[in-house]
Amino acid sequence: MITCPIFFCAYIKAMVKIIYIEHNGKEHVAEVQNGLTVMEGAVQNDIPGIDADCGGSMSCATCHVYVKEDWYDKLPKKEMGEDDMLDQAYEPNSNSRLSCQISVSDDLDGLKVHIPEKQV
Amino acid sequence: MIKTDAVIVGAGPTGLFCAHQLGIIGLTCEIVDNLDKIGGQCIELYPDKPIYDIPAVPKCTGEELTNNLIEQIKPFKFNFHLNDRVQEIINENGNWIVKTTNGKKFKTPNVVIAGGVGSFEPRKFPTKSAEKFDGTSVLYSIKDKTIFKDKFVAIFGGGDSALDWAIELSNISKVSLIHRRDEFRGAPASVQKIKELSKKNIINLFTKYSIKDVKGNGSLEEVEIKNEEGESKILKADYVLGFFGLIMQLGPIAEWGLNLDKKAIPVNTENFETNKKGIFAIGDICTYPGKLKLILSGFHEGALAARGCFKYARPNEKYRFEFTTASNTIKDRLGVK
Repeated sequence: MITCPIFFCAYIKAMVKIIYIEHNGKEHVAEVQNGLTVMEGAVQNDIPGIDADCGGSMSCATCHVYVKEDWYDKLPKKEMGEDDMLDQAYEPNSNSRLSCQISVSDDLDGLKVHIPEKQV
Repeated sequence: MIKTDAVIVGAGPTGLFCAHQLGIIGLTCEIVDNLDKIGGQCIELYPDKPIYDIPAVPKCTGEELTNNLIEQIKPFKFNFHLNDRVQEIINENGNWIVKTTNGKKFKTPNVVIAGGVGSFEPRKFPTKSAEKFDGTSVLYSIKDKTIFKDKFVAIFGGGDSALDWAIELSNISKVSLIHRRDEFRGAPASVQKIKELSKKNIINLFTKYSIKDVKGNGSLEEVEIKNEEGESKILKADYVLGFFGLIMQLGPIAEWGLNLDKKAIPVNTENFETNKKGIFAIGDICTYPGKLKLILSGFHEGALAARGCFKYARPNEKYRFEFTTASNTIKDRLGVK
């Protein structure tokens, strides 16, 4: 019974919708595979404004995004070190996250992230 | 002018192992890096983070990996040119003339770009007005601390550089320390010291503030800071110092006439040559179908690029493949019996 793909789909979506909003307001809706990070979703879908120089090792702060309050609290909590890296980001504030640290899951279907004016 | 068989741009793990491979096949090289130390991202970004995917090394830190690579190329006595950056590459009768920011010149048939994601540069203030004072009163590093004597100095940042300089300069200057949140990432002892100095009014501490503007007619006079509630304060400042770590920027590489795909250089996978004859790209900076940004891939790429260099450095010789276990020539080069 468990091998039935339809059975699975009812519980875990293969793809999750993430909305990336550029600094100029331009919206990009991307289908991101469950389990990838928001950063990887941006890179795979050629969304401008997320550089991700270090490739996701939380050591460059060039995948910085802002997440508004309605979504911010639903995100996985920051791990140690993320705020330290955010200190170095371009214009960080209390809505800042590193998108490489946000794993995409069903709960985040429809997540909106705002991309800063620039990463450096 | 220094003549060499190859100039390697970047002293990260990929550049170091490529140097090893050049040495093994009997070629010389000179290695240039913008940082003041050898190791690239491994040393600058994650010296203490364990790496688990170096073949046959179950676990090592960025620093250990770098030290082992340095040890491995020691027999070849290659020169490192640190704190220097390759600025310009010009073709001259089939050779490349490589010029650095510090005025060094190399003549070589081969340039191997192992530049990671570019060179490390200090992150700057986002405020446009800070550019006007860049290098004079808005600074991102300190060469001579005596210029701050009896001056008003505003220091931004929450890491060790910001804290250490705030403590140090509080002896000779009127220091304000501004940081975007209450927590500091610097060493706990330094944080403690800063809090003490702030309590004694020796340092003005502003947390949850960031820079808004810098002002001055001719010379810098004040810096305006803001918090997230939109409140702002104006501080008197002769100097503004920013310590936000380093960022990797492609820099001059973008101007060498190489094909670029986003921030990476496309190469062929036979010898990792770019669209320019004698210019190779290896490691994170190169791209090709199936590219993996792993250190082990960089090692492989460096080994093949070194063989590619042989063709141009020794046009009249035929490259002969040899194993280090069996070749007496290689053992001689390594200085082992």
